[in-house]
Amino acid sequence: MDAGRHSLTARAWTLVAYGVPLAFLSVFFVFPLATIVARGLGSSGGESALGLLTDPLTRDVLWFTTWLAAASTVLTIAVALPASYVLGRYAFRGRTLVLALVTVPFVLPTVVVALAFLAILPRGLDRGPIAILIAHAFFNVAVVVRIVGTFWAGLDRRTSEAAATLGAGPRQRLLHVTLPLLAPALSAAAAIVFLFSFTSFGVIVILGGQRYSTLEVEIYNQAVRSFDLHAAAILSLVQLGCVALTVMVAMRLERRLGVRGQLRSERDVIRRPETAREKALVAGSLGALALFLGLPLAAVVERSVTTGPGHSLDAFRALTRPTSTLLVTPWEAIGNSIVYAAIATSIALLVGGLAAFALASGQGNRAFDGMLMLPLGASAVMLGFGFVIAFDEGWRDFRSAPWIVPVVQALVAIPFVVRIVTPTLRAIDQRQREAAALLGADPRRVRREIDLPIAARALAVAAGFAFAISLGEFGATVFLARPDHPTLPVAIFRFLGRPGALNVAQAYALAVILMVVTTASILLVERFGRRRSGWF
Amino acid sequence: MLDIDRVTARFGAKTALDDLSLRVEDGEVVSVLGASGSGKSTLLRVVAGLQRTDAGRVTLDGQDLGPVPPHRRGIGLVFQDHALFHHRDVAANVAFGLRMRGDAPDRIAGRVGDLLELVGLPGFERRSVATLSGGEQQRVALARALAPEPRILLLDEPLGSLDRPLRERLLADLDTLFTEIDLTALYVTHDHAEAFRLGDRIALIRAGRIAQTGTPDELWTHPADEDVALFLGQSVLDGRAYRPEAISVRGAVEGEPADGVVESAVRHGPMVRLVIRLDDGARLAAAVTAIDHPSAGDRVNLAIDPDGVVEVG
Repeated sequence: MDAGRHSLTARAWTLVAYGVPLAFLSVFFVFPLATIVARGLGSSGGESALGLLTDPLTRDVLWFTTWLAAASTVLTIAVALPASYVLGRYAFRGRTLVLALVTVPFVLPTVVVALAFLAILPRGLDRGPIAILIAHAFFNVAVVVRIVGTFWAGLDRRTSEAAATLGAGPRQRLLHVTLPLLAPALSAAAAIVFLFSFTSFGVIVILGGQRYSTLEVEIYNQAVRSFDLHAAAILSLVQLGCVALTVMVAMRLERRLGVRGQLRSERDVIRRPETAREKALVAGSLGALALFLGLPLAAVVERSVTTGPGHSLDAFRALTRPTSTLLVTPWEAIGNSIVYAAIATSIALLVGGLAAFALASGQGNRAFDGMLMLPLGASAVMLGFGFVIAFDEGWRDFRSAPWIVPVVQALVAIPFVVRIVTPTLRAIDQRQREAAALLGADPRRVRREIDLPIAARALAVAAGFAFAISLGEFGATVFLARPDHPTLPVAIFRFLGRPGALNVAQAYALAVILMVVTTASILLVERFGRRRSGWF
Repeated sequence: MLDIDRVTARFGAKTALDDLSLRVEDGEVVSVLGASGSGKSTLLRVVAGLQRTDAGRVTLDGQDLGPVPPHRRGIGLVFQDHALFHHRDVAANVAFGLRMRGDAPDRIAGRVGDLLELVGLPGFERRSVATLSGGEQQRVALARALAPEPRILLLDEPLGSLDRPLRERLLADLDTLFTEIDLTALYVTHDHAEAFRLGDRIALIRAGRIAQTGTPDELWTHPADEDVALFLGQSVLDGRAYRPEAISVRGAVEGEPADGVVESAVRHGPMVRLVIRLDDGARLAAAVTAIDHPSAGDRVNLAIDPDGVVEVG
């Protein structure tokens, strides 16, 4: 009887861990997308599916999208690796701050970043693939630095030292020991960067000009500009297919590359740089990164105080005044953003956390794993659009429900939570759980006492990401935010659409505030994460 | 009393435990001695409930453990490489089992202090586990397993990863501890010295079966078969086992016939172990205490005490 109850609660837990994420994604992801597809394929007229797919123009777009994403991924990793190494191996003052600051570009609204690059890149370079690549690297450096850097900080130094005693030089150690150990983190980060670059929207629209179009931009053009739902639906399916393929490859890689082992605590691994060479390495890597990330941000700040021929704080002062652009004062947009993002983060942590537990405990549930990754690749534009047409009538008219914005933001954040938390949970030594069980902890207690505390740091990192993504989310939110409840990015977008130096400067002023709020929140989460990991 | 009754455990085609039976009486320490791959760790995992069995049953004080999940068994296990909770400090590691059974915080603190005292780590409460040496980690693991007063303590090669002097010291401490707290324990090891030192009885495990059980003296004087005798370091000739200390060795007089030639002479503490090659090519192991012992290459005569020879298989 005892055993019966035991297995019953275990079954109930499994049901919750799988059921909640599945239900959430079915209702808020699959259903809206299915609605788009059904409506698109159902509508008559337009090109045939086959015609569209074999159109050389579609092929060109697909090819351009793919190589652009691949090149962006390579460039991002190249830019991020030195800083990841420094963060993964050395302790220095302001380390937490660096981790927080590096995340800021990631959450800035794409429109703002694109404009910043437009302002600082020399003529000739400011439009086209090169500008897009640099902007993608700027955005995604945080993904690589945070995922790889944090993972690196958990790798035992002694493994590399053992290789050194076996005659491996620095290059061989990197190639044969460090990189293989880092592979799971690297492949996870690369997959995310690739997907982001693949579905990037704002950057391409502004920096690509008329000549360069990606799948995502084509979907938007077909759906919103030409109002050809049929073509948009087919292109969406193509995009979903590409994303699914990427996810499958990434998952296979992660599984192949994953090494089960005890991750060391960060405190045992990182140490202060000692020699002059080490100090120069730390300073150089971080300095270069600071320059790369700082210049565009500085341009944003500079523009926020450019209200006319001279510089002034007029744009910031104007934020407290109601404006016809927003229906409310810009300040209220800040409050909206924070509340929405906090709720979205809670939802994402709950759903994504449960999913991560399910993934880490179950063996080989690839379909489930893949489904959790898909929202990454579904374009935000598609999602927002899908929500609008799926939840539009009768009892399911949720379009103006106050929770709809956090839900769509959580959807975008969930894959991050899953990807960040699952590897940590998978890396927990099974004997720790066995030891806890033998000391009298039932399975639920084992999860609370072993898995949860060890995952706490990963959960905190995930929370930081989820919050930041929700704050900066634009493509979907713009469809769903009520006119009198704009979020910061939506407000920025509306200001940019208005003529006049003050309106543009107000947009940049809000971008500056978004930067500050993001930095502050990420810092807070990092601090929290640190305290929880005081056990380490 | 722990009763392991005809237990079989398979991993795919490999049989780790093959119809194995073993009993541990209350207050008794049984050493399970075997080579690696003999199934001794699997045996512990079966008792702990961490390993599924294919047949047989395990009872503890008459209670069938089959349907009892690991966390309700009240069994302590000290893992080979400690498996300490690295996200907790020393005190929290030791307190874990006490918290699980719902002890009051002040009682827990007291008991943690007592246990750390018992294992020789007083005042280590707030230390981070990662900063401890291997020996200290093993002591914490021991304290952690003992804290909730397990009905039986299982130890899986607990000293395997430690260096020799440390192992000697911990061995002595364990010996004292086992006597002091009247523990019922199953101690798994591949090391003869540990098994003989700690076990009230020794169970020799071979290919998933118990080859022989008995007190250290019983095992030594009456090995059950040829393999056991060889495993213990005795010599077997023509179906008979010869104990090394029952063989006296004398240097042969120059020019006269001798029984054999000394192949090697190696000192182990107070004893010198000789390997002698007889004229027919067979080898005998002998142990002598004399300082003036024969060396390699010496021709020797042997005298064998009949009490030191038993028929095997």
